[in-house]
Amino acid sequence: MSTATEPVRILPQSPANSGSDSGEGQLLEVSMGPQHPSTHGVFRMDVVLDGERVVRLKPVFGYLHRNHEKIAEHETYLGSMPYTDRLDYICSLTNNWAYALAVEKLAGIQVPERAEYIRIITAEMTRFLNHAALIGFLTQDMGASGTPLMYAFRERETILDLFESLTGARMMCNYMRFGGCRVDLPAGWLDQAKKFAATLPRFLEEFERLLATNEILMARTQGVGVLSKEFAVNAGVTGPVLRASGVNYDVRKVDKYGIYDRFAFKVPLGEHGDTYDRYMIRLLEMHESLKILNQALQDIPEGPIVDPKTKIRGFRPKPGEAYGRIEAPKGELGFYLISDGTANPYRYRVRSSCMMNLTVLEDLCIGHNVADVVVILGSIDIVMGEVDR
Amino acid sequence: MDENLKSELRKQGIVATTLQELYNWGRKNSLWPLNFGLACCAIEMIAASMARYDMARFGAEVFRPSPRQADLMIVAGTVTKKMAPQVVRLYNQMAEPKYVISMGACAISGGPFKQGYNVLKGIDRYIPVDVYIPGCPPRPEALIDALMALQKIIDKQSLTGADRPRHLQADAPSEFVVPEFGAHDLEPSQNPEVWQPPLVNISLGGTDDAGKH
Amino acid sequence: MTPENIKSEVEASIPGCQLEIVSNPSPSGQHSLRIDPAHAVAIATFLRDAEPLRLDYCSNVTGVDWPGKEISEKVKVKQLVDGVEQEVEEIRKTQTIGHLEVVYHLYSMEKKHGPVILRMRTEDRAERVHLPSLTPVWRSAEFQEREIFDLYGVIFDGHPDLRRILMWDGFEDHPMRRDYVEPDDFEYEPTAHDEVLERARQHRTVMGPL
Repeated sequence: MSTATEPVRILPQSPANSGSDSGEGQLLEVSMGPQHPSTHGVFRMDVVLDGERVVRLKPVFGYLHRNHEKIAEHETYLGSMPYTDRLDYICSLTNNWAYALAVEKLAGIQVPERAEYIRIITAEMTRFLNHAALIGFLTQDMGASGTPLMYAFRERETILDLFESLTGARMMCNYMRFGGCRVDLPAGWLDQAKKFAATLPRFLEEFERLLATNEILMARTQGVGVLSKEFAVNAGVTGPVLRASGVNYDVRKVDKYGIYDRFAFKVPLGEHGDTYDRYMIRLLEMHESLKILNQALQDIPEGPIVDPKTKIRGFRPKPGEAYGRIEAPKGELGFYLISDGTANPYRYRVRSSCMMNLTVLEDLCIGHNVADVVVILGSIDIVMGEVDR
Repeated sequence: MDENLKSELRKQGIVATTLQELYNWGRKNSLWPLNFGLACCAIEMIAASMARYDMARFGAEVFRPSPRQADLMIVAGTVTKKMAPQVVRLYNQMAEPKYVISMGACAISGGPFKQGYNVLKGIDRYIPVDVYIPGCPPRPEALIDALMALQKIIDKQSLTGADRPRHLQADAPSEFVVPEFGAHDLEPSQNPEVWQPPLVNISLGGTDDAGKH
Repeated sequence: MTPENIKSEVEASIPGCQLEIVSNPSPSGQHSLRIDPAHAVAIATFLRDAEPLRLDYCSNVTGVDWPGKEISEKVKVKQLVDGVEQEVEEIRKTQTIGHLEVVYHLYSMEKKHGPVILRMRTEDRAERVHLPSLTPVWRSAEFQEREIFDLYGVIFDGHPDLRRILMWDGFEDHPMRRDYVEPDDFEYEPTAHDEVLERARQHRTVMGPL
């Protein structure tokens, strides 16, 4: 069901936009969205079709533009932290970490070790949550009617219980502070987390068995939406989508922010760059996240969780600017801050991974069927809160 | 009808009821929501329909993608000015009887993003809302509570009389004016038939609205 | 890979270009290079393709608004005071025009280094707001430059598809500028008092009583 402002239009054929073998050749322009069961939020695509094949595709967004950057110019630095939760609303703790990292770079704040470990534990749990939910949504787009999604959400609910006992909220955690974390781990949290991490290998095996040798899934995703290496790099694509095309670039290994250089984990790379690779990369990344999680839960030391010298109230960094970035589950999330010495930032910019990943959508979909558009969009993994900010 | 008589009859296998009760019972236990999530609250709505907080028990399992087939619109998330005409259009396309639940602080009044050039300060400016759920985001239990409150409202609706619901009154409007994109703002910026800004004055000196003691 | 090295390499290979190092006083140590718009595409192509830089990944494109400021300076002027020539201090006020700025953050995926930060300035904030688009060099700048056009009003020459991206097409303002006035639809506050109460009352008289 589409709710376009204009009705469906039939374009007259011209030599420029024919490109089809059919003798008649009338092109159909359809607007998919902004309310559509498969568009992952309020996202619209103006698709020009020749029969079932896509000839042109223009993404239209801005339906969730909540002017986060303008609000941040009126807020203090700390006051923007709850708004960062609502950027990529499925993974709120990694958003918090990216912002805290940028401010720590701006003001030169050091973070104690225990806080770094807690940050890594929560970030890897978030990555796990995000990839499981995404694979569930991908299968739902393909018509699996929600059953793999129910399995993924079962694990998600357990992780959200852990987050709630740690931060006080299920989704909008608002947990990181400049120089560390807000609250220390409650008693027994580590044991619960270790017990939960011990059940995860069985869940991963079950999930993989359900889906990775499924004929329908393989037929619908192999060879669909192939993204070449050079184009991916030039278009600024990051995250699992980039690594599925074979480019070895993971901000955790390149920048070594936090204490990621102490952990042994691999970066899975894809060969073909199609939708199936993007989907399998996320399964493999869940395995690697589990490795990091187990290591961190073993090695976490005692100590303070926030740098005692940081002024949290009345925080006024010196004039200057900084760009801080992390490897969020969807790609590279960066914050660019310009400070003029007052309590409010002069310019606050969010470098959104999902918006950059959308640059390649048109080129991936041309030549495929309309049904593949839905699958390709699902594999790019967008969340409108981050695309529109 | 006498309750004792009713229960006696039921023991014999005879169910006695009124047409109004039967009509409302059928409607309230099969509310079909429209598949309409805008932002973060949509994830909590999905979580409410998943295995832990099952909404299917209340008859609201079938999320229809088409507004023509749905009778409940859960506006979950921030409504921006760019999206507002589409929301009103979707509401107009739904068939009567239709209900709206405004989920989350953003749909009630703009929420944390109230100070914004693109944020609509509440969806009740253009369409009538039945239940409001505060929270950012509200827990799935709160959504189920709102669904139960809506079921209570439906239960009390009468088939005849002056207080019968909108869909049984021939002259009550069921479609509302769709805002247009203006140069600086939506035109009109609100629908006066549906919403008037409340004038709230809380002061310690005990003045009334005119500012006098 | 320091800004000075990059500056000398670029000046050596592209004659006539002007680069200026803008230092960054914060502890992050991320200094930037201000490039002139006339040679921007040539500089960008050089940075993308030449060894050992190979900056093939444009991570972030930001717009910044620097509105005009009033600068007052004390000037010593010779003036006649009571018939005697004396040196008097006078305060002279000048108004700067203000400009819009676009900042590019570049990294290299091949060599895994970065960031290299480029800045470009427009001439003023009203008419002369044209800048060359770097989308032909880095495709990732496409949506971000459209966003800067939408929210700040910078016009990018050479962009394949320059139209509004976040606001609707009929919108006429550039909302992220510092002097943007929001539309007046903020009619009620739970604890209205003083000017907010006055504003709400005006809305009430326009729309009629409760």
